[in-house]
Amino acid sequence: MTLFAEYSQILFVLACAFGLFMAWGIGANDVSNAMGTSVGSRAITMKQAIFIAMVFEFTGAYLAGGEVTETIRSGIVDVSVMATHPDLFVYGMLGSLLAAGTWLFIASVLGWPVSTTHSIVGAIIGFAAVGISSDAVHWGQVWGIVASWVTSPLVAGIISFWIFRSVQHLILDTEDPFANAKRYIPFYMFAVGFFLSMVTLLKGLKYVFKAHNVEFTFLQSMMIASVIGLIVAAIGVFLLSRITQDKTADKNNRFSSVERVFGVLMIFTACAMAFAHGSNDVANAVGPMAAVLSVIKSGAVEAKATVEPWILLLGGVGIVVGLATYGYKVMVTIGKKITELTPSRGFAAEMAAAATVVIASGIGLPISTTHTLVGAVLGVGLARGIGALNLGVIGGIFASWLITLPAGAGLSILFFYFFKGVFA
Amino acid sequence: MPFANFSNLFGRSPIKPMQEHMAVAVKAAVELVSFFEAITRGDWENASKIQQGIVGFEHEADEIKKQLRLHLPKSLFLPVPRGDILELLTTQDRIANRAKDIAGIIMGRKMSIPESMQSQMLDFVRSSVAAAEQALTAINELDELLETGFSGRELTVVEKMIQELDELEEKADKLEIGVRTSLFALESQLPPVDVMFLYNIIDWIGDLADRAHNVGGRLQLLLAH
Repeated sequence: MTLFAEYSQILFVLACAFGLFMAWGIGANDVSNAMGTSVGSRAITMKQAIFIAMVFEFTGAYLAGGEVTETIRSGIVDVSVMATHPDLFVYGMLGSLLAAGTWLFIASVLGWPVSTTHSIVGAIIGFAAVGISSDAVHWGQVWGIVASWVTSPLVAGIISFWIFRSVQHLILDTEDPFANAKRYIPFYMFAVGFFLSMVTLLKGLKYVFKAHNVEFTFLQSMMIASVIGLIVAAIGVFLLSRITQDKTADKNNRFSSVERVFGVLMIFTACAMAFAHGSNDVANAVGPMAAVLSVIKSGAVEAKATVEPWILLLGGVGIVVGLATYGYKVMVTIGKKITELTPSRGFAAEMAAAATVVIASGIGLPISTTHTLVGAVLGVGLARGIGALNLGVIGGIFASWLITLPAGAGLSILFFYFFKGVFA
Repeated sequence: MPFANFSNLFGRSPIKPMQEHMAVAVKAAVELVSFFEAITRGDWENASKIQQGIVGFEHEADEIKKQLRLHLPKSLFLPVPRGDILELLTTQDRIANRAKDIAGIIMGRKMSIPESMQSQMLDFVRSSVAAAEQALTAINELDELLETGFSGRELTVVEKMIQELDELEEKADKLEIGVRTSLFALESQLPPVDVMFLYNIIDWIGDLADRAHNVGGRLQLLLAH
């Protein structure tokens, strides 16, 4: 392939630049949605939120982002059809990145409803279906992904509903909610730690492990996850021991001390949320990038090329930079607007959303973190836990599907022909 | 665009404004006690000031009511039915209205209360106002109710408060009968028009307790699911 011999360095730089641009966009906009609940419920300060987001977005992206990256890289486009046209594949992926990044940029400037996941998926479908042929799209996979956009908020809603019900039953609706909060909350903390490490060990870390030739059996993973869960719970118990009942605040609202206990739990679920978000959304940026880089390296489109850890690393860095340069501003705005969410609600919503997103990451489904969180919050609302919810938002979500997919597709077709013209 | 970011999911909760509204409405009623104390002393200057205060509270309650209604569109998803909340709001508002009416007509006609029934009248006013205050205590549980998802243990707490409210209203009823009897005994010695308006005032003070009682009833309806 003369193309790759001639332009490999330019293509390499372009792929990295577009990938970073996209990751920056995710960090700048998307992260604030994921962390908004924590800031809004006043469980953590803005500074803490940014710190948590940086650390856990990065670890989530690096440790558990491989599977979704794989889907974006080679799950949507039928690689066997592409084998004869590695050059078109590269143009397409570059075009998709640029298209999704541009669309996100336009949409955030105008304040439109978009999802990073939907933009990139739409863009990849667009260039493959129109630029190459409709056979080039793995329609079976695509329907699965699109169906997951409906099921993920649903699943998150159901989980959050039951988590919140359990909180009501075990803690809020009891004789001494404060004591019960201290007794039961460590179990929720254990669940957070256990669950996240389990999914990460089973699915996400595959890519990191392969690089270091490490492998765990299911049972070993379970033991490690339990230990991590216990450590998390122990840290939690220590933090909880410093919370004392505030009698004067309780006079005003009997649950104000209890909510402070939940505030501690929210620190943990905020970490989980950032981790989950990083694990799923980093793929939107690094998936196409990984695709381009592997083609450049081998000169052919391969179905089974592993995603190299350093690519995930780059994506993680991009997200953190986006958060640090712009995302914190969005987070401040969002945090100020969400005042109706108390820690006991916020935790239920975050835990459910994080669980759903991490499972999706494990299966390799690119889903929208924001929509999942919306589903989770509605679940708490159905358990009659939230003062007022704006159901108009659901219409907005549908609008986001209707707008973003064709927009991403159209732009990527445009960029695809542009790159084809420039390099060919 | 309806959905720019996640925070748009959250509407303004009506719970806090409902409590604020009730607090202001009851403030108007509470002022009636010092208002009646002032007019029995014949201190019309002070009474006029207090009456102005009551009118101010009534306006404030109206404003909160208006804002609350404006920010409670049908598309909001609430933990309790929207209609019930709006009904409760109207009932709360009527406490402030009646307090304003009572102070207004007494001021306008410079009505004085016959000496022999003054202390009885004050007791009556106090007990009606006590009912309004008890209704406020119950409404102040709304945020705790939201915390437990309008179910469970918290319901019993509120039900106990409403029961207490019932008792206060009954007490006010009994006092009303006493005041009426005293007025009946005096009525032949007083100018008929004054007597007519005195009966009117007694009615309205009783109304105050009734309306407080209605707030309790509405609250109970809100919780009955």
